[in-house]
Amino acid sequence: MKKILFVAWVAMLASIGSGAAAESLTLLNVSYDPTRELWRDVNAHFIPAYQKSAGTTLEIKQSHGGSGTQARAVIDGLDADVVTLAMWPDTDAIRKAKLIDDGWEKEFPHDSSPYSSTIVFVVRKGNPKNIKDWPDIVKPGVEIVTPNPKTSGNGKFSFLAAWGAVTERGGSEADALAFVTKLYGQTPVLDLGARGSTTTFVQKKIGDVHLTWENEAHLEVQEAGGAVEIVYPPISVLAEPPVAIVDANVKRKGTGAAAKAYLDFLYTAEGQDIIAKHYFRPIDEKVFAAHTASFPDVKRFPVTAIARSWDDAYDKYFGDGKIFDSFYKPKK
Amino acid sequence: MPDTATTPRNITAAHEDPPAVRIALIATALLIMGVLIVVPLVNVFYQALAGGLRLYFENLLGDPDTLHSVKLTLIVAPAAVLANIVFGVAAAWAIARFKFPGRALLTAFIDLPFAVSPVVVGLFLVLIFGLQGFLGPWLRAHDIKVIFAIPGLIIATAFVTFPVVARELIPLMEAIGADEEIAAVSLGARGWQMFRRVTLPNIKWGLLYGIILCNARAMGEFGAVAVVSGRISGQTDTMPLRVEKLFQEYNMPGAFAVASVLASLAVVTLLVKSALEWKTRSDLAAAAREASEGGQA
Repeated sequence: MKKILFVAWVAMLASIGSGAAAESLTLLNVSYDPTRELWRDVNAHFIPAYQKSAGTTLEIKQSHGGSGTQARAVIDGLDADVVTLAMWPDTDAIRKAKLIDDGWEKEFPHDSSPYSSTIVFVVRKGNPKNIKDWPDIVKPGVEIVTPNPKTSGNGKFSFLAAWGAVTERGGSEADALAFVTKLYGQTPVLDLGARGSTTTFVQKKIGDVHLTWENEAHLEVQEAGGAVEIVYPPISVLAEPPVAIVDANVKRKGTGAAAKAYLDFLYTAEGQDIIAKHYFRPIDEKVFAAHTASFPDVKRFPVTAIARSWDDAYDKYFGDGKIFDSFYKPKK
Repeated sequence: MPDTATTPRNITAAHEDPPAVRIALIATALLIMGVLIVVPLVNVFYQALAGGLRLYFENLLGDPDTLHSVKLTLIVAPAAVLANIVFGVAAAWAIARFKFPGRALLTAFIDLPFAVSPVVVGLFLVLIFGLQGFLGPWLRAHDIKVIFAIPGLIIATAFVTFPVVARELIPLMEAIGADEEIAAVSLGARGWQMFRRVTLPNIKWGLLYGIILCNARAMGEFGAVAVVSGRISGQTDTMPLRVEKLFQEYNMPGAFAVASVLASLAVVTLLVKSALEWKTRSDLAAAAREASEGGQA
């Protein structure tokens, strides 16, 4: 009996180990939280096409989590072939660890960002608190749900969107500080990541407005079965999540060509169309035109409008003891 | 000592609160247990089976990533348990049978994994085996994967569950004492022979109890494993990680189906544990009785 169990166990070990058979190629895509469905769809379209043209079997594994956490894992040795994180500094942190070559932003078109996104509002059905624009969300009695800017890309962009919504419309930095102080004073919880705060808003039914990624908002409406709806603010932040090949890893594994083909695929009409279907804004104008109904007009300002550079934005707003720390006190 | 303090009636009075207090206490305890344990447990199974049995099994067996997570857990947990049997028996043996400098320190260290947050354990491992850590670059140069792969999962799980087996065995071995072992050696038994034929039969129920408890903890381990897993679907996601992932992907029936398997494991563990607990207790009592009889003779 013991022997049978042991043999069964070894067999199982072997069956799991054999996943990395010799002639088949495996890519690992390390990404951020709200892109699971997108990449699953992209993989389903890319894999058969690639197998036909390259003649090797290809498998693509996905790993998802908070953008910063994921970057950290790659730096610590998670064997990613490509990283598709939420924001530029996370990808650049991997470059600083010498795993991605310098100049990665120029390796793919449009600063290596195949799509853009923004932060929108999700409110309860019928918009009972009548939320239309940024000033509405800090009205007395409105509770806001959004993730922690310290740990989450969504959280960072929510903060930057709120800040810029003031300064880009003529407000001073002092006005912006007063606005975000009020805003984060009305957040009952700060979750670690985008999916966490979606759960808080939809399942736990906490809060009146959820500041979230545009694509996540659509998924949320779908999942909540009409119990929530999207409100597009007139102004928000322009997010351009970049993609990159992790050069050190693909060199070691010999997966460079496949990784490049994979990311190139995102820029094809087919890839752009899949991106648009998942409510990420495609950069290809033709594809965007075909999907304009999905993407209402939002005036989007780049992060460089409210900071000198991404590194500067990180430090100025989210650095230890900087703007966010200066006013945010966790709720008791 | 005033003799009134030890009259049977006073003892009874001290032991028995008024009925109202007793009922209130029992009711509170039952209520808390009901709300915190029974209701959520039942709810897990209810949610898992809400879509019918077919959907339940489809969720468990139809999704290759879920199936893989079950397999992975069935590899990682037994491997961690195996490691802990070896460590646990060795540590208990050292502590119960020998007096040596640093014995108290070792006893304290054994409990360390219980005291440290599992997330910190995960970070320890990243610091050691990570690419920026002590061993990481060497491992990478030799193409050996530890973290973000199965070995890392096993090490993390073994570390977190490390005290379970040893904690069970130390009091048992101390209570049983070394007499039978000394007798065996004096009759010419070699070390291994003595261990197999004297020590092991004496501690087997305690050991089994430790193994079962360790296995349950190992299968459910989340914190440390989450840090070293890398969260690759269909590759390094164990069952608890898979539950979280399914939950976050809005797949409630799927998440609860996997959760129900973990919960069933907990229930089975509880039953076996109770049976074994009873068995060890009677073993301990027997050992104590023999010892006291031996003392009188």
